[in-house]
Amino acid sequence: MIRSLLIRGMIAGALAGVVAFALAYAFGEPQVQHAIDFEDHLARLHHEPAGAEVVSRGVQRTLGLLTGTVIMGVALGGLFALVFAWGYGRVGAAGARATAALLALAAFVSITLVPFTKYPANPPTIGSAATIDRRTVLFVAMIAISVLAAVAAARIRRQTLPALGAWNAAIVACAAFLVVVGGAQLALPAVHETPAGFPADVLYRFRLASLGTNAALWLTLGLGFGWAAERRLAPAPRRVAEPAPH
Amino acid sequence: MSELAVDRRAGTAPAPIASARELLPFALLAGLVLMLLVYFVGAEEGALSLIAGNGVHELVHDARHLLGFPCH
Ligand SMILES: [Zn+2]
Repeated sequence: MIRSLLIRGMIAGALAGVVAFALAYAFGEPQVQHAIDFEDHLARLHHEPAGAEVVSRGVQRTLGLLTGTVIMGVALGGLFALVFAWGYGRVGAAGARATAALLALAAFVSITLVPFTKYPANPPTIGSAATIDRRTVLFVAMIAISVLAAVAAARIRRQTLPALGAWNAAIVACAAFLVVVGGAQLALPAVHETPAGFPADVLYRFRLASLGTNAALWLTLGLGFGWAAERRLAPAPRRVAEPAPH
Repeated sequence: MSELAVDRRAGTAPAPIASARELLPFALLAGLVLMLLVYFVGAEEGALSLIAGNGVHELVHDARHLLGFPCH
C-alpha cells in the first residue's frame, strides 16, 4: 500500500512539475530575461567581462526549467505521499481526496507562502554570491520553523477539538501557527540585496510568477494525488449489469 | 456506496493505512533519496557542492529561481 501510494505521489508530482513549468515559462521567464538584461547592462557600465556560459540561456529557460520543475515535482510528490500515508486516518476524519487537498494547502502555506513573506523569491541579479551560504541557511530555517509550527497546530486542533468544537479548534490552531511564524519572522535577520535601480515592476511580476508556479505545483499535486489515492483506497464499484445501448 | 463514505457519515475517521513500523523504512530510504532530489534542484553548487563543476546548477538554474530558492 505504501509503495503504491509512493508511486502515485511521484506520478502526480511529475504532472505537477509539468504544470508548474507551463506557468513558470509563460509568466516567469520574461521577467528572468528582463533581470538578466539589467545585469548585462550593469556589467557593461562597470566594464566587467561576461562570464562563460556552461548551459545556454535557450536551454536554461526550456529544457533546464522543465527538468528542474519535474524533478522537484517528483520529489515533493513522493514526500507528500509519505506524509499522506501517515496522516490519513490520524490527523483528521476526512476522506482521501479531502485529506490530500488539505495537506497540499497546508504544504503551500507552510513551505511556500510563509517563507516567501520573509525571504521572497528573487530573479537573477538580486543576491550576491558571497552571501549564498547565509541566505540558504536562513531560507531552510524559515521553512523548518514554519513546517514544525504547522505540525504543532494540527496537534493543537486535534486536542482542543472535543472541548471547543471544529470551528473554534481550527481558529485556535491557526492563531497558534501565526503567532509562531510571526515571531520567527520578526526574530530572523532580514536580507536586502536588491541593487539600486533594479526595475520594481520586474521584481513584482517575477515574485507573483514564482508564487503562482509554486501554487500550481501544490494544487496539481494535491488534487492529482487525491484522485489517485481515492481510487487506490476505495476502488469504484464495477458496473457489471449495465445494458449496452443499441 | 463505499465503506469510506459510510465511515464519514458516521463521523469517525477512516482507519490509518500503515503503522509506524511499516512506514519507517520508506520514510528513511525514500525520504532520503527524495530530499536529495530537492537538494539537487534547490541548492547543489550553491551553498554546498556534491558534484564537481557547475553543470547541475546551470541546468536547473531558472527552476531554482522561480521555485523560490536563493541563488546568485
Ligand atoms: Zn541564479
